[in-house]
Amino acid sequence: MIDHAMAAPLKHKYFTPGVWFLTALFGSALLIALVRFIFGLGLVTNLNNGYPWGIWIAIDVASGVALAAGGFTSAFLIHIIHKEKFEALSRPALLTAMLGYTFVVIGLLVDLGRYYNVWHPLLPVMWQGNSALFEVGMCVMTYITVLYIEFIPIVAEEYRNRVNLPILKFLNRPMGRLLAFLDSKMGKFMFIFVILGVVLSFMHQSSLGALMVLVKTKMHPLWWSPVLALEFLLSAIAVGFPMIIVESLAASRSFKMKPEMSILTPFARYVPILLGLYLATRFADLTIREVWHYVDGSLESRFFVAEIFFGGLLPFFMLLSEKIRRSPKWLFIAALLVVLGVVFNRINVYLVAFKPLYVSARYFPTIWEILVTLGFVAGLILVYRFIVIHLPVIHARRDAS
Amino acid sequence: MQRRDFFKFMGASGALLSGASVLGAEHQSKIDPDNVVGVLTDFTECIGCRECEWACKNAHEMATPPLESYKDKSVFANYRRPDETGFTVVNRFHEKGCTQTDLDVKVQCMHCNDPACVSACIVAALEKQDFGPVTYDAWKCIGCRYCMVACPFEIPAYEYNNALTPIVQKCDMCISRLDVGKIPACVEICPRNALTFGKRSDLIKVAREKIADNPGKYVNHIYGETELGGTSWLFISCEPFDTLNFPKLEQASVVTLPESIQHGIFKYFIPPAMFYGLLGMIMKLTKPDSETADNTNSSSEVHHD
Repeated sequence: MIDHAMAAPLKHKYFTPGVWFLTALFGSALLIALVRFIFGLGLVTNLNNGYPWGIWIAIDVASGVALAAGGFTSAFLIHIIHKEKFEALSRPALLTAMLGYTFVVIGLLVDLGRYYNVWHPLLPVMWQGNSALFEVGMCVMTYITVLYIEFIPIVAEEYRNRVNLPILKFLNRPMGRLLAFLDSKMGKFMFIFVILGVVLSFMHQSSLGALMVLVKTKMHPLWWSPVLALEFLLSAIAVGFPMIIVESLAASRSFKMKPEMSILTPFARYVPILLGLYLATRFADLTIREVWHYVDGSLESRFFVAEIFFGGLLPFFMLLSEKIRRSPKWLFIAALLVVLGVVFNRINVYLVAFKPLYVSARYFPTIWEILVTLGFVAGLILVYRFIVIHLPVIHARRDAS
Repeated sequence: MQRRDFFKFMGASGALLSGASVLGAEHQSKIDPDNVVGVLTDFTECIGCRECEWACKNAHEMATPPLESYKDKSVFANYRRPDETGFTVVNRFHEKGCTQTDLDVKVQCMHCNDPACVSACIVAALEKQDFGPVTYDAWKCIGCRYCMVACPFEIPAYEYNNALTPIVQKCDMCISRLDVGKIPACVEICPRNALTFGKRSDLIKVAREKIADNPGKYVNHIYGETELGGTSWLFISCEPFDTLNFPKLEQASVVTLPESIQHGIFKYFIPPAMFYGLLGMIMKLTKPDSETADNTNSSSEVHHD
């Protein structure tokens, strides 16, 4: 359906000093996760009965899902309204979404007390339609499947008819044929999954906000809102493109390629529109609920001002400037501010705004919780790097040195 | 070709989506608040003997220190909360104006009429029984702890140090005792009239009479009568409840808004299905001319071959 002739494996050396560092980080996260699985959450986290959720939920899960929004936002732009000039951004965005959700699930499994029951929401006897979390669970499980299906053509394109397994050689021919078959046929019905991915994303991105609506009595009014679902959806939509920009510029730098400014500059024009829509909704909501007076110098209100200013207004005004959109460095900074702003928002909603009734000490993560969170980000980058080196994801630029 | 495919996938995805149509079911009013049981706690009667704490652990087969050890009043030095090792605790508030000496305050799960934990639970492990108790089924639980985040009274406690089978722990109103015609263990052991088990609507009448018959003794507030839609556990006190660490709450249930949002968005799964159809139409209508020709797919096959 869509011509991916330009995308090619980068055939780059895998290990660099930076990659070794990320490997060590990822390894330590896995070790800490192992300790958690043997001795329980109590040993490695600062969670307690007042603060049942920490950064593994606020960052690994809630922020992880938001930052994977590049997948559905780019699918909408490129495949549904056919802005095909941005095609080069499609596969990297899909890969980020696929890996993003994969690591969301891994992070969630580390946090769940009874992780082996994670499939329970699939059983009709346990369906609980009142729970926003049930909706999130069902959508994420379906969407992650959709993302892997959408990724099949990329594998098929590279390996059709040349599967070369080390031991199971007898499988080479049938698998090669299967991939060739998928490669030629999947394009015809891929649009089913592309649309499904967008619908599912709208549903669970918003439900991740809706699930905090229930927590009204324990949340700071600067963040609790009856329209949290809408705000989560709009912020996810706003962060999708900035995430793709950050990632494209980071990949260009890491693989020593020329930044794709001819695509990224026009692409960045959408960001202030989407970010503006989100910010306007936030401001309208705060005004209608008459809660501006809570910006009173308290710790929460300082976090609020920082979130809105550095993660919202500043990048919004920066990206209005054509000059900034043309500069790889400044575009990177502005897009990164949006990304960090949305992460900050999720941390604020899930942790800073959350006020337990009887626990006086504010939750702060242990070094182990922080290492697991950072380590899983490192793990995502490591898998991303491996895949773009071996599969046709990033568009090869012949002018690259 | 494409048009036919389009309708085929619409049918297929409709079937797929209907699997989740449980989300679209109408919001059910869960229980009849006049038909549930509960307990009335009268703080002015409580002497802080803490025998209820012992009886509770004993009834739930938890590690239970001998009854004599509960005579130790040093625990009152700190404000305590129910936790994974005990579903109810009595706290002592020193030198309250309304009593000569101290005011003893028992807390446990409130067994809300509209429980936030039940609304939150992703797998219906927490359930509101028709006759009042909010119960927990560990076998279903995935350990997400959303119930704990949601509870406006901060009651559910977690076994953070249990690596394999951690349980959400909270008072179950002694449902296994209720099932065999007994009353909750804490009520049974109470040596004073601090705890009264009965039909919630009767308990409210009793509480009103107590307040009316003893002018000046009680504050005119039955905590739990209207808080967040009402709770099975009711309290009367001679001191305002906010001075006894009870949260000040509005009357409206916290579950109504999130549940109506949830059901509004997913009503019979029609809105997502319509959104799917809309996106499908946009996708078709905005398709550039060069690609609308029927041979698009075959041309891409040619390219690959």
